[in-house]
Amino acid sequence: MSAQTDPVVQAIGVSKQFGSTQALLGVDTALRSGRCLGLVGRNGAGKSTLVSILCGLLAPDAGEVRFDGEPAPPLSDISAWRSRIATVFQHSMVVPQLTVAENLFLGDLPRSRGIVDWRDMHAQARQVLREWDFNVAPDVECATLTVEQRQIVEIAGALVRGMRIVLLDEPTAALERDGARRLFERVRALVASGVAVLYISHHLEEVFEICHDVVVLRDGEVVLTAPTPALTEDQLVSAMVGDVEVPGRTAQAASPGSRRPRETSSEERLVVSDVVAKSTRGSVRGASLVVHAGERVGVTGLLGAGVATLARVIVGAHGYQAGTITLDGRSLPPERPDVALAAGIGYIPEDRWLEGFVGLLGVSENMTMSIARRLGGRLGILTPSARTHAARPLAEQLSLVSRGLGQPVAELSGGNQQKVTVARALASRPKLIIAITPTRGVDVASKELLLSALADITSATGASLLLASDEFGDLKLCDRVIVLVRGQVFTEFTEPPYDTEELIAATEGLVPAGRE
Amino acid sequence: MPDVMEPQTADPVRVDEPLERRSRRLAAVAFVRGAALLPVLVVVLIIGAAVSPVFFTTSNLAGVGQQISALGVVVVGESLIIMVGGMDLSLESTFGLAPMVAAWLMVPVAAYGAGTMWGPVLGILVLLGVGAIVGLINGVMIVKARLNGFIFTLAMTIILAGIQDGMVNGQSLFDLPSAFSYVGAAYVGKVPVSLLVTVAIFIAVGLFLRYHRVGREIYAVGGNREAARAAGIRVDRIRIGVYVAGGVLAAIGGLMEAGRVSSVASTQGYQEGIIFNVFAAAVIGGVSLRGGRGSMLGAACGVVLLGLVQNILDLGNVSNYWIEAIDGGVILLALMMARVVGGEVTAE
Repeated sequence: MSAQTDPVVQAIGVSKQFGSTQALLGVDTALRSGRCLGLVGRNGAGKSTLVSILCGLLAPDAGEVRFDGEPAPPLSDISAWRSRIATVFQHSMVVPQLTVAENLFLGDLPRSRGIVDWRDMHAQARQVLREWDFNVAPDVECATLTVEQRQIVEIAGALVRGMRIVLLDEPTAALERDGARRLFERVRALVASGVAVLYISHHLEEVFEICHDVVVLRDGEVVLTAPTPALTEDQLVSAMVGDVEVPGRTAQAASPGSRRPRETSSEERLVVSDVVAKSTRGSVRGASLVVHAGERVGVTGLLGAGVATLARVIVGAHGYQAGTITLDGRSLPPERPDVALAAGIGYIPEDRWLEGFVGLLGVSENMTMSIARRLGGRLGILTPSARTHAARPLAEQLSLVSRGLGQPVAELSGGNQQKVTVARALASRPKLIIAITPTRGVDVASKELLLSALADITSATGASLLLASDEFGDLKLCDRVIVLVRGQVFTEFTEPPYDTEELIAATEGLVPAGRE
Repeated sequence: MPDVMEPQTADPVRVDEPLERRSRRLAAVAFVRGAALLPVLVVVLIIGAAVSPVFFTTSNLAGVGQQISALGVVVVGESLIIMVGGMDLSLESTFGLAPMVAAWLMVPVAAYGAGTMWGPVLGILVLLGVGAIVGLINGVMIVKARLNGFIFTLAMTIILAGIQDGMVNGQSLFDLPSAFSYVGAAYVGKVPVSLLVTVAIFIAVGLFLRYHRVGREIYAVGGNREAARAAGIRVDRIRIGVYVAGGVLAAIGGLMEAGRVSSVASTQGYQEGIIFNVFAAAVIGGVSLRGGRGSMLGAACGVVLLGLVQNILDLGNVSNYWIEAIDGGVILLALMMARVVGGEVTAE
């Protein structure tokens, strides 16, 4: 093997065990200069562990990592790792209090005689930003940047340090469509310039779009490595899922068509009138909508259109300045999640780490947190067995995997944490479920399972559903879809299946062809 | 950061397997973590016995019990506040001010009182009221006005201590009614009443935290405030509530201290610097300053440990000039031992 064909980074027979759990078993994979490799797998397949090993955060139990055919530096030599490989995590790692320029050169600020040379640093930063076609001043504080801009700062910073290997861990999770498209262009340019990219994503269409090759992990083992053009999406999914039966997929394929005609009541359950709510994440500027009993309504729009804000206002997680909200005729005051819950709203938040669960507390305690008042009775006595009793059916219904219902939720995988969050919302037997992008960061199989669970539960209990999501895949569940543009209701789609291109056009504020 | 916990999913154990036994085992593990200091306590007891033959006598241990009771009650209050994710430095001033106000209203003018000559029952109600009001002010200003809890309670500490000093011109008040001193001074057989009351408070609060809805809500709010809010918990009420409870408990601690020394000194509380021991006992006992984690068993172990160490230093005739240095060293040692014994959960 000649030196030129050595991969820039290579994992050879890498295994890693956590307690009794085999996270990785004999994994071989390689990144080559000028190639983009997609890494896919279900939640818990070992993707994060592999990334941690490749970027020097974890040591493998067996096997080794090689750079250009040379053995990797020891784990303690952090700077040696950081000079070779850059990782852009899902959650931004820029220091928000520092400027763009400082973040670009973090760890190696341009100095003259030991003193930071601000003039030189700004000049160099301007040069870098121009190369990236990135129109922002180098002395701007990163806290004021959007998520997309921060990502650019991170990637650009990695390249400034001369790194030729970039790991992107779900980089589009926090981006809107345009941002994702721009990111793809940049990644393509990077790869064309000879950088090796490892691209981790739950979105298979992204993998097909920008990856040359794809490697699939399942239960810690590589089950497939192939050039992307040689694969179909179905082949990729079945490699990820394996022989495991995915109950959601068949049910999903049948719905919502088979369930039609669904019972639609004219009884108004949720009435939102002219609500105005300020938010840095997209204000609501006079939105009105109605959700009828038993109805499933989707709300979508661009990031910043106020979709999530509107949903958060209804559940009381965010305040509103004008307008009225009623549930079955009962008024819901601003910022009173307890009133919304008591009135019959179940809330599945967007950011489960922030609002979804208390990591230190156990599975059953989190699941029953919304019904603690009822479980406790007049004296408020809550026993662990009462909680377990109430939580078990939900845990079984959602196929939750844990070491027992007392296990702290922080120890569960992302997909199971999401199930705990969903269970918490369902425990109170809500009349209206409000879910904000419930499938974000959840793998394909779990995604279908979650959506079908939501469909089943709303069908079985007659609960209404308000699904606020910018993932169009979630919306197929809905009887109608309302599109918000700049905080106002722009248009409504009433007949599934919804055409993705029409939806995109509507979110951009363009009236779709053939519609008024 | 990468989620290194992720591999847990691969764990083949599912919820439909025998659950009860597993939950019980997890509960047992939690209990052991709460009592991480027990082995340290055993070591201290052995050292105590070696240092002095007096150590293991009933009267010595009863004396230790009486001494740590007042501190213990304040530790309960501070632990509740820490567990919900807050902190209150002013408990040490409430510890002095509440009994001072009560005593001032009870003793004659000649003994620097106000001259109102209120009875002991009214006095105790006033004492509890002062604790509750100070707690309410702290809670409302921190939770509703969203002021920084550290600085706000620091300022309150100094203000309250100043009032305590100023209202009696720096004097100590003696001649307290015997009913007022009862809790701090009396013995049932060979056991001090204050110790019984403190033990009862620890047990009651411990059970409350474990089995009452509001107790569980304290852990939820401390563990993740936004998630608690989203689950319908009245977060602000809980947070303000623990400050009020903390103030009342600090006042009860002050009542015990006043009874024990048969007076209220203008130096009681703030000028004794008890807040450092309060925080030390809570944190050594495994109450996390980040909130959401801690137990009354652990906090009680922390209190007992500090009390025993103090007692051993006294019995060992350690030079007065060196006591503080040794005391501080022991706190550090206890913290490190609790960290080692308690495992990862005690890491900050």
